[in-house]
Amino acid sequence: MSLDSKIPKGDLADKWTNYKSKMPLVAPNNKRRLEVIVVGTGLAGASAAATLGELGYKVKAFTFHDSPRRAHSIAAQGGINAAKNYQNDGDSTYRLFYDTIKGGDYRSREANVHRLAEVSTDIIDQCVAQGVPFARDYGGNLDNRSFGGVQVSRTFYAKGQTGQQLLIGAYQALSRQISLGNVTMYNRHEMMDMVKVDGKARGIIARNLLTGELERHAAHCVILATGGYGNVFYLSTNAMGCNVSAAWRSVRKGALMANPCFTQIHPTCIPVSGDYQSKLTLMSESLRNDGRIWVPKSKEDAKAIREKRKKGVDIAEGDRDYYLERRYPAFGNLVPRDVASRAAKVACDDGNGVAPTGLGVFLDFASAIQRYGKSDAHSKGLDENNQKLVTELGTKVIEAKYGNLFEMYEKITGEDPYTNPMKIYPAVHYTMGGLWVDYNLQTNIEGLFALGECNFSDHGANRLGASALMQGLADGYFVIPYTVGTFLAEEIRTPAFSPDTKEFKTAEAEVRARLESLVGNKGTKSVESFHKRLGLIMWDHCGMARTAEGLKKGREMIRALKKEFYAEVFVPGTQDEFNPELEKAARVADLMEHGELMMVDALDRDESCGGHFREEYTTPEGEALRRDEEYTYVSAWEWDDNNPVLHKEDLVFENVELKTRSYK
Amino acid sequence: MKLKLKVWRQQNNKDKGGFQTYDVVAEEHMSFLEMMDVLNESLIAKQETPVAFEHDCREGICGSCNMVINGRPHGPNSGTTTCQLHMRFFKDGDTIVVEPWRSRAFPVIKDLVVNRSSFDRIIQAGGYISVNTGGTPDGNSIPIEKDVAGEAMDAATCIGCGACVAACPNGSAMLFTAAKVSHLALMPQGKVESNRRAKNMVATMDKEGFGMCSNIGACEAECPKEISIDHIARLNREYVGSVFGGA
Repeated sequence: MSLDSKIPKGDLADKWTNYKSKMPLVAPNNKRRLEVIVVGTGLAGASAAATLGELGYKVKAFTFHDSPRRAHSIAAQGGINAAKNYQNDGDSTYRLFYDTIKGGDYRSREANVHRLAEVSTDIIDQCVAQGVPFARDYGGNLDNRSFGGVQVSRTFYAKGQTGQQLLIGAYQALSRQISLGNVTMYNRHEMMDMVKVDGKARGIIARNLLTGELERHAAHCVILATGGYGNVFYLSTNAMGCNVSAAWRSVRKGALMANPCFTQIHPTCIPVSGDYQSKLTLMSESLRNDGRIWVPKSKEDAKAIREKRKKGVDIAEGDRDYYLERRYPAFGNLVPRDVASRAAKVACDDGNGVAPTGLGVFLDFASAIQRYGKSDAHSKGLDENNQKLVTELGTKVIEAKYGNLFEMYEKITGEDPYTNPMKIYPAVHYTMGGLWVDYNLQTNIEGLFALGECNFSDHGANRLGASALMQGLADGYFVIPYTVGTFLAEEIRTPAFSPDTKEFKTAEAEVRARLESLVGNKGTKSVESFHKRLGLIMWDHCGMARTAEGLKKGREMIRALKKEFYAEVFVPGTQDEFNPELEKAARVADLMEHGELMMVDALDRDESCGGHFREEYTTPEGEALRRDEEYTYVSAWEWDDNNPVLHKEDLVFENVELKTRSYK
Repeated sequence: MKLKLKVWRQQNNKDKGGFQTYDVVAEEHMSFLEMMDVLNESLIAKQETPVAFEHDCREGICGSCNMVINGRPHGPNSGTTTCQLHMRFFKDGDTIVVEPWRSRAFPVIKDLVVNRSSFDRIIQAGGYISVNTGGTPDGNSIPIEKDVAGEAMDAATCIGCGACVAACPNGSAMLFTAAKVSHLALMPQGKVESNRRAKNMVATMDKEGFGMCSNIGACEAECPKEISIDHIARLNREYVGSVFGGA
């Protein structure tokens, strides 16, 4: 199979504009006859469904949630990037493009990333027009802050709830289209399979989660916007329902899964506290604007803190190792996520961790409180040397900036982060890998498109902060409404599809058999117990540091686990009812297969890049060692139960010179 | 800690439902939902049907979780969703009563899971700004006073969980509706259609079977995002404007 990325010819900066001006269009009278299925209603799905509805397509949108407002995009805290250069600090479309390519460790496509940077500014305008209450300055203009891996302030935000506000904006646009009758919304419906007719994606089998009824839905094309697979690690910052099933079922029907081993471990999460834990909570990257990360220099001090004999504040300034500032003076605490996470792991592996489990470092706001307090006292004409007053004023500034995050930390840990430094540790957060798509966001299956986190396209081996929201909305509002036309313009003579053909009936029967075998299994072990074990295997063998030996072992362990799952899992209830355990069982089964593919992919990639860190490939300073000669390609995997087949798409860099990524 | 849980079990919307009592051993670091996970794992181990409850993000933002705990929506702590409530706020030996939201407009689906689609329909009635994708002016072309943007944000922070309805003796959705009307009416972009919006959303609220507002204020007290009932006053102004042809 040869992979055609369909990247338009011409200068990088003109590709998208020229392509858009020349692409085939679908006339309004034809749009009304063309049906589009959108699966998932997060940022990418909701914005796509709304926009396609506005354009006049007949849209059916599906979510497994009770409402399209619940998707996990809602939990994104920090912000959304856009190359507006409102701060006059040297930002530009090219710089956002360059930062994203470099941040992704040169494993993404130039043309896709440049398009993302181009449309980023439209997203902000669109969201403002929808009424998204972005933070403003005293002049009434939009405010910005900085995120990791960049040296400009281009991140727009709405307190620590940016994802929520953007999703509600897209949800409202979608609600408007639902009320106008342009979009039919299917809540509590989970896609169980994708249906191909004559090689093209023409529909889905969905399960009505309230009744268990299987439904056949046909359309001219299918758009997946079903998020990432971080829950393969069991513990992650993803919501409990996040899963890989829609994408994985498509892979089983021939779609290619690209770069599955590229997962993002976010450096600032609340550390694990016990084995009953169900998920991890992120502390926004925006905190690294003001927080300083450190561990004690001496192992004795670290031990004393772990054993609660000492507190962070008891350690004298000279006895602290601000390791990011020391190792990466140019970017300091704002190095990219992969770099910050690995540095935290090194500090803890060396025995300097501060959480009771040994896996935790400090994120300290004391200097920021002093700095802001002094500045506030100065501007108010008060005594800058009054320590108590300065601390009080500075605390108020920090509260105004990050209040909701500090409160969340306090609720979870029971500790006050204003008086004692936060404890944080890296956790699985985002998956850069996903379904392989071309420039049109179409998979290798005609008529099947993938948007947002569920595709692989824009972030390479590491995603920069505040870029997930940008990509989700770029794909949904500004890319797919155009590129879907390249496929649908050829379909205007195709009549509406019937969901009663043999292809649909066969797919439905297969889904029914699969679900019935799960509920009919005579096992004793809970789905949850398998998911937990899968997560541990993934974390230990395919987590922050990987080795060839570990990956081989991990793959075998997953295969054994899968066998045990099908022999011994117990799923209560029946298929024909509201049955959350059955939903979970089907998702965990798919996560296991996907996890195995991640191991295979990580083993194939004999280099370190971005979030993929192979211990065999490090520089003398312990940094990731890329091997551009051999590995400047996208790994697109065709699934096979025993021997997945690798297809390579070579990445061509015409505008950016591949360099060793340095944040020193 | 050893706890006694009295949990509402109801097979489906037609079933009458009732309380069942369970013993659970929990740790104080657990979240309330993790304690419920422990209960469910123990039921599955006995090949019994686990308690169905709604949950997803488990960080207080998606609005899925919805338990009435000891008579209070989202439990004893103010400004806290069920998923953010931790067991250190309970004592060894406590009996905890867990129920679903109870409201005519939120029918029970199973156990603690209710149907909140009526909220979606209120938003569909006008909880948006009528703007299509593309062709919008530069984001900084309309300056918005910092404090006004902040107030709009406070209203927009609603997570659509429905605690306000569950708390209200009348089962009114005024706080939910008001939060959206207020968020959009405060922004210059949303001002244009604000009267029409208020009228249509209130009409849908009534049609869905939510009760009237009688200024009790339980909604504000139980709202996990601490949304102020001042927004209800703004909704009333917008509504009056729509009836009497105001601005």
